[in-house]
Amino acid sequence: MIEPMAEEYSAENAPPLTKEQAIANLSSPDLSLRYYAAWWLGKFRVCEPIVVDALVAALEDEADRTEMGGYPLRRNAARALGKLGDHRALPGLIKCLECSDFYVREAAAQSLEMLEDIAAAPALIRLLDGGVAAAIQVPGRPHLTQPYEAVLEALGAIGATEAVPLIEPFLEHPVPRVQCAAARAMYQLTRDFSYGEYLVKMLDNSNLQLRRVALGDLGAIGYLPALDAIANAKVENSFKLIALKGLLEHQLQQESDACSVGADAIRVMNLMDSLL
Amino acid sequence: AAVQKLADAKDEAAIPTLIAVFGYNNPAAAVAAVTGLTQLGEASVPQLLAQIDDYNYGARAYSIRALAAIADPRALDILLASAATDFAPSVRRAAAKGLGNLRFAKLPVSERQTAQAKALETLLFISQDADWSIRYAAVVGLEALAKNPDLQQPIQARFAEILAFDPENAIRARVQLAHQ
Repeated sequence: MIEPMAEEYSAENAPPLTKEQAIANLSSPDLSLRYYAAWWLGKFRVCEPIVVDALVAALEDEADRTEMGGYPLRRNAARALGKLGDHRALPGLIKCLECSDFYVREAAAQSLEMLEDIAAAPALIRLLDGGVAAAIQVPGRPHLTQPYEAVLEALGAIGATEAVPLIEPFLEHPVPRVQCAAARAMYQLTRDFSYGEYLVKMLDNSNLQLRRVALGDLGAIGYLPALDAIANAKVENSFKLIALKGLLEHQLQQESDACSVGADAIRVMNLMDSLL
Repeated sequence: AAVQKLADAKDEAAIPTLIAVFGYNNPAAAVAAVTGLTQLGEASVPQLLAQIDDYNYGARAYSIRALAAIADPRALDILLASAATDFAPSVRRAAAKGLGNLRFAKLPVSERQTAQAKALETLLFISQDADWSIRYAAVVGLEALAKNPDLQQPIQARFAEILAFDPENAIRARVQLAHQ
């Protein structure tokens, strides 16, 4: 999923920090230093047991609260743990799926998607309780009752085939981004091309944001038949390159010969070259 | 469509207008303008160089793409600077690809080696960038630059390093393609 909003800093403007400082800052009395340290450790993928332990502990932080009751430090810690890829974070992240803060649940679902551990499936499936009927906008907030996009994508990525009957109805959800997430997961779980074509059709949507989302989804599922549609989509080259990289990686995984690249992978790379 | 007509006319008087199209935030028109300017070739180079948009990186990327496609070595300095230091990845990628394809043979022998060495140095440098898409573009540039026999040895050495150490499958595959 392409979500630049989740990162409030960039590697370029990040104040420099050492690993030791960042770990120490995670328990600093200055809440903003804790928040920043959690982001920094994920961004620079400082994957060490001591870091994972500290971030897992931060998932239960009570000190850093927003006026609306949110948990900013928990959000950043959950995001960082997905990037670190250590499966010891699994129980903590699963617990976060029940947090009262929507954005903590969303970050946890996204990180569980990255960890790709089937053990997370039952807890993710619980967030689909009530089906499409329950998936409505929360009054006064810019989001639905649950982070459906992240949940659907995670279920697809971890191969939770038992969730197929629960995911399919979300293709009819009124929010197109949720439809895309459902199509993406359905393709991953069934390999049925009709779901890939569903996303290809989204590339013609009049909404640029939605075309970008569909492009990201096609890249994530590595759907090679979309090659020409991706090339012709009315979206910036940067987004096309990311999607094509997804297709390429998927293709390389299929090819057993490590010494040379096959014809399909070459087609993808020729197209990438033309978009530089 | 109007831009297309202007581009098809292949009239040098249209050059400033075609360059101005880059700033209109209309990708289809901009692509037609790049094609038109590329067809006009070397005649568009001085104005492309003079009218680089310092504020609009979208427009700048189209200028760099046109200069890269024309491949006139007068663009060397702007391509070197853009590839190494532009803040917009789209501009850096276009410049990296362009550096490899420059027609160095048009330069006097006395300048040729220095120019090629600068292109090589910049591409080798950005082949270690943190952004995978910049590294990808650097490999594409290096592959083209390796057509110059003098430069093959350092480029092959760098390619061997990338194959051994680059964390991205896509980058290693692009190096394999360069070898194939």
